[in-house]
Amino acid sequence: MELLGQVAGWFGDGQTWLGPGGIPVRILEHVAICAAAIFVACLVALPAGLGFGHGGRGGLVALGAANVGRAVPSYALLLLLFPLFGLGFATALPALVLLAIPPILTNAYVAIQGVDADLVEAGRAMGHGELQLLARIELPVALPLIVAGVRTAAVQVVATATLAALVAGGGLGRFIIDGFALQDDGMLIGGAVLVALLAVAVERGTAIVERRLVSPGLRGDIIGPSPRR
Amino acid sequence: MIDWGWIARHLDDIAAATSAHVALTAVAVGGGLVVSAVLALLIHRYRRAYGPVTAISGLIYTIPSLALFALLVPITGLSFLTAEIGLVGYTLLILVRNIVAGLDAVPPEAHEAATAMGYSPAGRLWRIELPLALPVIVAGLRVATVSTIGLVMVTALIGEGGLGQLMLRGFTLQNYTAVGVGTVLSVALAVMADLLFIGLLWVATPWRRARGR
Repeated sequence: MELLGQVAGWFGDGQTWLGPGGIPVRILEHVAICAAAIFVACLVALPAGLGFGHGGRGGLVALGAANVGRAVPSYALLLLLFPLFGLGFATALPALVLLAIPPILTNAYVAIQGVDADLVEAGRAMGHGELQLLARIELPVALPLIVAGVRTAAVQVVATATLAALVAGGGLGRFIIDGFALQDDGMLIGGAVLVALLAVAVERGTAIVERRLVSPGLRGDIIGPSPRR
Repeated sequence: MIDWGWIARHLDDIAAATSAHVALTAVAVGGGLVVSAVLALLIHRYRRAYGPVTAISGLIYTIPSLALFALLVPITGLSFLTAEIGLVGYTLLILVRNIVAGLDAVPPEAHEAATAMGYSPAGRLWRIELPLALPVIVAGLRVATVSTIGLVMVTALIGEGGLGQLMLRGFTLQNYTAVGVGTVLSVALAVMADLLFIGLLWVATPWRRARGR
C-alpha cells in the first residue's frame, strides 16, 4: 500500500503537471505523434488499398509486402532507425508509420474487393466512370471495414508510441523509462496507468467514431454476396 | 557498417540471447495455450462466459506492453515471471477466440455421428472436436507466436528480453551491429516458428491432405 501512496504522491505533486515534462504536455506529444503517424500511413495506404482493390491487380503483392513489415518488431525498428534519424520524433515517426500501414492497406483492399460485383455493375450501367464507381459506390459500401482497419492501426500505434521514449522521444513512455532509470515507482506506475488509460480511451473512442461514420442504411450485409438478387 | 569481427567474437552471447528469446517465447505461448484452452472449454460449456472473458482479455491486449510490464514490476519484481505474466496475457485474446471459433465450426453432423457411435462428451471433444478444430487453433497459435517474438524484446527493459537485451546493450554502446543481428535473428525466429506450425499442422491432420486441400 506504500506503493499506492507513492503513485498518489506523484499525481498529487504540482511539478508532475507543469512545464515541458508535465503530464498535459506528454499526453499532447503522445497524441500528436500518433496522429501524425496515422495520417501519413493513411496517405500511403488508403490510395494504394483503394486502387489495388478497385483494379483487382497486384493487390496480393502489395499485401505481401505490407505483411513482411509485420514480422519486424517495432522495438527493433526503433533501434535500427535511430542511427539514420537521430534522437526523438524523427526516428519514432517512420517506425510508427510502418506499423500502421499493414492493417490500413489490408482492410482497404479487402473491403473494396468484397463489394458486391452486382452493385458495381449496376453503377457502371448507370454511366458511372471508374472514379465515380469508386467514390460513389465502392467507398461508401466498404467504409465500415476501411475504418475498422484505421482503428486497429490507431490502437497499435498508441501502444507502440510508448516505446518512442527508448530513442529519447517524448510522449507518455517518458514517465515509464525515466521511472525505471530513477527508480521512482510513483512515476513508473503513474506513467503506466496514463498510457493504459489513453490506449483504452482511443480504443473506445474510435469504436464510437466507427459507428457514427457508417450510414444506417449500410449496416446490413451488403459486403459480400447480398442475399437479395 | 556491419562489424563481422564483433559477430565472430560474440557468437556465445548471440547464441545465449537467442536461446533465451526462444525460451521466453515458448513458455509464453505454451502457458498461453494452457490458460486459453481452459477458458475456451469453459466458454464452450457455458456460453455466457464468452462476453466477459473476451472483454477482459481484450482489455489486457489494449494495454501497451511497456506499461503492463511496468505495472507488474512492483508486484513480481524484475524477473522471468513478470515477463511471462505479461507475455501470456497478450496471447489470451487471440488464442481464446480461435479455439472457440474452431470448436464452433465443427460440423453438427460430425458431432451427432460421434454421439451416435457412443463417444462420451469428453471422448468426443478429444477425439473428434479438437482434431477438427486444429487448423483454426494453429492459425491462432501462429499469430500469437509471431507477435510474442516481437513482444519479448520489450521485456529487455525489465532485465529479460533475449535478443532485445542484446539489442538494447548494443544500442546504448552505439554498436549497431548488435542491433542489426538482433533484428535479423528475431525475424528469422518468427519465420521459422511460422513454418514449424505449418509443418505440425500438416503432420497432425492427414485427412486434409487426403481431400487435396
